[in-house]
Amino acid sequence: MLDIILSILILIGAAFTFIGSLGLARLDDFYSRLHGPTKATTLGVGALLIASVVFFSTRGEGLSLQEILVTLFLFITAPVSAHLLAKAALHLRVRSLAPPPAETQDSFTDTRSRDTD
Amino acid sequence: MKHPLLPHPILTPMLAIVWLLLANSIAPGHLLLGLILGWAIPLFTLRFWPERVHIHRPMTLLRFLGVVMYDILVANIAVAALILGGSRTVKPAFVKVPLDLRSDLAISLLANTVSLTPGTVSAWLSPDRTRLIVHGLKVENPAALVAEIKCRYEAPLKEIFEPC
Repeated sequence: MLDIILSILILIGAAFTFIGSLGLARLDDFYSRLHGPTKATTLGVGALLIASVVFFSTRGEGLSLQEILVTLFLFITAPVSAHLLAKAALHLRVRSLAPPPAETQDSFTDTRSRDTD
Repeated sequence: MKHPLLPHPILTPMLAIVWLLLANSIAPGHLLLGLILGWAIPLFTLRFWPERVHIHRPMTLLRFLGVVMYDILVANIAVAALILGGSRTVKPAFVKVPLDLRSDLAISLLANTVSLTPGTVSAWLSPDRTRLIVHGLKVENPAALVAEIKCRYEAPLKEIFEPC
């Protein structure tokens, strides 16, 4: 029974991680591709981590909750890297399907001092 | 009122809990070490966290976390469906969200939440911190998206960190 639950969780995790990566290949512009890794993979990794918690907690060596930390750090870092990539892309005027707002296009010189503090 | 020896009362137990999770044990030795680290790290990184964090409505924070967790789940499935549907189904757009939040922490949390939830990534924050540019993967109605971000995520964050 446990094995079945674990297998299902791992399959769900693998499927979502795969779909997230597939987004990198299938979507058309840089900004759309950002959505795949920030979201579809969150659930994928989440399912894999739940499987890990269940597996290590049922081996009789006590509860294993280290995976919560992986989730926590992932939730903190994934959006930050996506934000920085998007910001860099706006500055470099990467080709976009959606017209980028005008105010983002020439802001680098006057935001530089704010960004470093 | 800022206490010189305990500048961040919330950060201390959080760091202690993170330490216990890292060690994967609740032995008294680790508990003590975690509390010492939780006390020392905020003290040495004081210049990095100039403002003291106040959580005014703990219950609202819990409900907010619940809503975000649920949205992350829905977002994952929705984005997976869009990716499988291919590039014909997506309709990307940039929307501008005017911010009511003022504190750095609340704005970062809002930007993080936006990136984790349905089809949106926060892309750019104006230098005066009054507007957040959000990229949406499938935007049918920009005004509705802005309204949703404002009432679903920004309003509870404002209640938690910056009540009037």
